[in-house]
Amino acid sequence: MEQLLSTFVRSIFVDNMIFAYYLGMCSFVAVSKNVKTALGLGIAVTFVLFCTLPINYMLENYVLKEGALSWLGPEYAEVNLSFLAFIIFIAVIASFVQLVEMVVEKFSPSLYASLGIFLPLIAVNCAILGGSLFMQQKAFANVGIATVYGLGSGIGWLLAIVGMAAIREKLAYSNVPNALKGLGITFIITGLMGMAFMCFSGLKI
Amino acid sequence: MGLLSEKNKEVLLGPMSANNPVVVQMLGICSALAVTSKLEPAIVMGISVTAVVAFANVIISLMRNTIPNRIRIIVQLVVVAALVTIVSEVLKAFAYDVNKQLSVFVGLIITNCILMGRLEAFALGNGPWESFLDGIGNGLGYAIILIIVGFFRELLGSGTLLGFQVIPQAFYDLGYVNNGLMILPPMALIVIAVIIWVHRAKNKELQEN
Repeated sequence: MEQLLSTFVRSIFVDNMIFAYYLGMCSFVAVSKNVKTALGLGIAVTFVLFCTLPINYMLENYVLKEGALSWLGPEYAEVNLSFLAFIIFIAVIASFVQLVEMVVEKFSPSLYASLGIFLPLIAVNCAILGGSLFMQQKAFANVGIATVYGLGSGIGWLLAIVGMAAIREKLAYSNVPNALKGLGITFIITGLMGMAFMCFSGLKI
Repeated sequence: MGLLSEKNKEVLLGPMSANNPVVVQMLGICSALAVTSKLEPAIVMGISVTAVVAFANVIISLMRNTIPNRIRIIVQLVVVAALVTIVSEVLKAFAYDVNKQLSVFVGLIITNCILMGRLEAFALGNGPWESFLDGIGNGLGYAIILIIVGFFRELLGSGTLLGFQVIPQAFYDLGYVNNGLMILPPMALIVIAVIIWVHRAKNKELQEN
């Protein structure tokens, strides 16, 4: 229980997807122009991370890892399929996104109208694949921790993009040098926000 | 038509500056910045991305008339993932240390927006040779930015380049100190912002209003 909580808090603040690893920067920069769309994308990313991480965790531990296939019988104990990890993970993510899109379109057209345009974008959001690859690297002890890690990373991403969008809405009224307008100033602000988030890095939980 | 007609030259050289994937098209920022705290991984990453973009462009360009529109993103992802797997295995075999440093970021080439951006915008509508040049051009344009960022971060942050000491010991004796902040993640963003600033100050037509 304690471990779940600490993984959750760490993944939001200390290992923040944007500020510590710059994952999902493209959509972060492109979609953070106003708070409402930023919130929509953030929720969609959190949801997909929350659902794909446990699936990929199971695949990693029962199919891909060295010796993971030993439940099929002793003759499979030597099999190591970990070189297939990239293809399997991205296929799970892409098909899951497609599935979510179809389900949402069928059952909740209003949600689809507000979220729908972001869903195809999510398949190629680095934060999602990044979550799975970090999960593989950190070798979490059980599927619960992996799920909590996915949820936390998503919420961290959501916080970052909503905060950024709020700042950029205000920024429209300030006097920025011409050459820095748009992309340049966004990067500088992200850097400054990252420095603020760095104060969490000494945190021991 | 020669191998390098006017149009092809434009396709190859455009992405170096005027149409640079990172600072102008805003693609591929995601997985890149974390690998620039030293120069060496930045170079390896640049080369890997160039190879993957070029060959993915060629393969998708060859298949462009047979892929059904609805599932094209999945097809593209699978092609790219297969290429990245090859790159990753090659790195593991020949440059194990760098591969360790790059850790998950090799895998993240798959979701690098440059790939999807170029596949969607160029390879789906052009022949294999043009697509190959476009891939090389964009990959190198991306590598240039990585190398500039890596150069400044390693020089100012650790006083070395490619691991060799370049700032003389005499400077340290006089009280010069490495700027530890340059090694930390936020500075990559700020260095990129400065590059964008300089680039746009020179190319006024790129400025946003």
